[in-house]
Amino acid sequence: MSEAKMKKVFGRPASLKPAETHYCPGCGHSIAHRLLAECLDELKLREKTVGVLPVGCAVIAHKYFNFDMAEAPHGRAPAAATGIKRVHPDKLVLTYQGDGDLAAIGTAETIHMANRGEKITTIFINNAIYGMTGGQMAPTSIIGLKTTTTPEGRASSRDGWPIDISRMLAVTDGAVYIERCVLTTVKGIRRAKKAILKAFQVQLDGLGFSLVELLSPCPTNWKLSPRAAVEWVNTEMIKSYSPGVIKDTTGYEDK
Amino acid sequence: MPSERMLMRGSHAVGEAAVRAGCRYYFGYPITPQNELPEYLAARMLEVGGTFVQAESEVAAINMVLGAAAAGGRAMTSSSSPGIALKQEGISYLCGQELPAVIINMMRGGPGLGNIAPSTADYFQVTRGGGNGDYHTPVLAPAGSQELAELTFAAFDLADKYRTPVMIAGDGLLGQVMEPVVFPDPIDLKILPRKDYILDGCAGREPRAIYSLFLGDQGELYNHNLKLQEKYGRIIAAEVRFEDYLTDDAEVIVVAYGTASRIARAAVDEVRKAGLKIGLFRPITLWPFPIKHLRGLADKGSKIAVFELSLGQMVEDVILSVLDRAGIFFYGIPGGLIPTPEELEDFMRSALAGDGKVGRRIEL
Repeated sequence: MSEAKMKKVFGRPASLKPAETHYCPGCGHSIAHRLLAECLDELKLREKTVGVLPVGCAVIAHKYFNFDMAEAPHGRAPAAATGIKRVHPDKLVLTYQGDGDLAAIGTAETIHMANRGEKITTIFINNAIYGMTGGQMAPTSIIGLKTTTTPEGRASSRDGWPIDISRMLAVTDGAVYIERCVLTTVKGIRRAKKAILKAFQVQLDGLGFSLVELLSPCPTNWKLSPRAAVEWVNTEMIKSYSPGVIKDTTGYEDK
Repeated sequence: MPSERMLMRGSHAVGEAAVRAGCRYYFGYPITPQNELPEYLAARMLEVGGTFVQAESEVAAINMVLGAAAAGGRAMTSSSSPGIALKQEGISYLCGQELPAVIINMMRGGPGLGNIAPSTADYFQVTRGGGNGDYHTPVLAPAGSQELAELTFAAFDLADKYRTPVMIAGDGLLGQVMEPVVFPDPIDLKILPRKDYILDGCAGREPRAIYSLFLGDQGELYNHNLKLQEKYGRIIAAEVRFEDYLTDDAEVIVVAYGTASRIARAAVDEVRKAGLKIGLFRPITLWPFPIKHLRGLADKGSKIAVFELSLGQMVEDVILSVLDRAGIFFYGIPGGLIPTPEELEDFMRSALAGDGKVGRRIEL
C-alpha cells in the first residue's frame, strides 16, 4: 500500500503531551490518563480545564497532561480544587487522586467536597496500595493483601477493613453521580470512558459532585506480572469493590 | 463609599479592609478569638458577590486559599494560634509554589488549647514557621484597628508583588477592641496587574503547572531555593516597617509590638512626664525584623528593654540585632495576662537603673 492511501485511525489525544511516562509496565495510570484525555478532547474541554494532582505516583502528571494543572499537598486536592472552581465556575475542574490521597489522609476534604456538592469531577484511582512510597498498606487494601506494612497480609483485627469510599460518598446529598469501573477488561475500559464523559457532563450541567472510581493494577507493588495483576483485579479485587453505578441522581436518560 | 471615620471592632476592620483591597475569596474555620472576622465577611461577601466558604478544617481552608490563589483570585483565610499550627503545611506549599495569600492570625494563649486571651506567644510560630523547608513569610504586626485595616489592605499588594503568603499577626485584644477607623478607598479590581502564572484554562497559550515538587537533576530544587532566597533578600531590603516613638534622646528604648506596644506607649508617656528619657521602638514587620534600625539605636548608647506577652521570643531577634552593643533587659508575661502601664513603668525604671530587679537582664 502506498503512503498516500493510509488513513490515520489512532493517535495521541491533544490533551496528552508527547511525553514518555514514568509509570511501571502494566500500571493502570497510563490507561486512566489516556481515557481522561480522550474524554476532554471529545468534549472540547482541554482549553477550559484545570486539574489538581495528588501526592502519589501521579504527582508529576502535569508533565503528561496537556492542560492547566496544580499540585496540592497530600490529600488536599479537593480543597485546592474547591478554591479553583470558586474562582472559575465556568471552567471544568477535576481532581485525579489515588486511594491513599483520597481515602486516607484526605478523607475529610473528599467527603466535604462531595457534601458541598462542588461542581468538580474526581477521577479516583484505586489500586489498593501505596505505589510511590513502595507498597505499603492502603486504606483500600483488601483483606489478606500482603504489603510492606502487612507482611502477613491485611488482617481486619489488626489493620481494619478496606474502606469503600465511593459508597460512603454516595450518601452525601451533594454527590450526584458515582460509578466504579475496572481498567482491566476491554469492556471495563469502554465503560470507564462512558462514565468519565458522563461525570464531566454532570459538572458542565452544574448538577453537583461526580466521581469515577477506577480499579487499577499495580503489578510492581503487588509483586505480580502485568498479566497476573490484571487477573487479580478481575477475580479478587472486584469481590471487595463491585463495579457498577453506585449513585446516579442525574435524571439523564442513559441509565 | 466615601472614606469616613467609622467606629469598628478590629476584626471587622480587617474584613472591610480585605474587601476594599479586592479580596473576593475567603475560606476559614471557626476559632475564638477571631470569629467576628469570618462572620463579618460571610455577610459582606454576599454584598460584593464574593465567595465565603466555611471549610471543614483549617487544613482545608488554607488549601482552598491555595487553589483560589493558583486560579488568580485575591484570597485569604483567618484563624488563631492552634488553627495557624494546622495551616503551616499549606503555608509551606504556598511559599514553595510562590502563591499570594493573606493569613490573619489573632493570637491566643498556648501551648495546646491554652486560652483565648491575648497572648503573643506565637512569635516563633509566625516568624520561623512550622512548615517544612527554607522559606519565610512576611509578618505584619498591627497595634490597633486603624493599623489592622491599613496593614490588611497593604498585605494583598505585598502578597501579589512577591507572590508570597503574608501574615497579619494580631491578638485577641486587637481583634475585639472597637476604635475609629478611616479606610482606604476600595480598589477597582480591573486595575490589578494580570498574572502570567495563573491557572484559568490554556486557551491560546501553553498549559501551565503550579507545583513544588522538583525531582529533576541539575539541581532543580537547589535552584528553586536560591530563587526564593533572592526574593526574600528583596523583601528584607525593601519591606521593613517600624515605628520610632521618642527614641532620639532615649536612654532606654522599649521594644514591643502589637498590644504590648500599646501598654508600653502609655507607660512611656507617663515616665516622660517625670523627665525620664525613655522611648519606644515598635517593629511593624516581625519578618523581616528591623535589625539595622534597632542596631543603630543601640549604637547610639540606649539600653534596650524588651517587653512581650510571652516569656521571650522576639527578644531573640533583638539579641541578634543588638548583640553586645547595649545592655538588653527583658520583661514578659505569659498566659494571656495583660500588665498595666504601671508595671511597665517599674520595668523601665529598673532597666534605666540597670539593676535587673524587674524582669531580667539578658546575659549573652
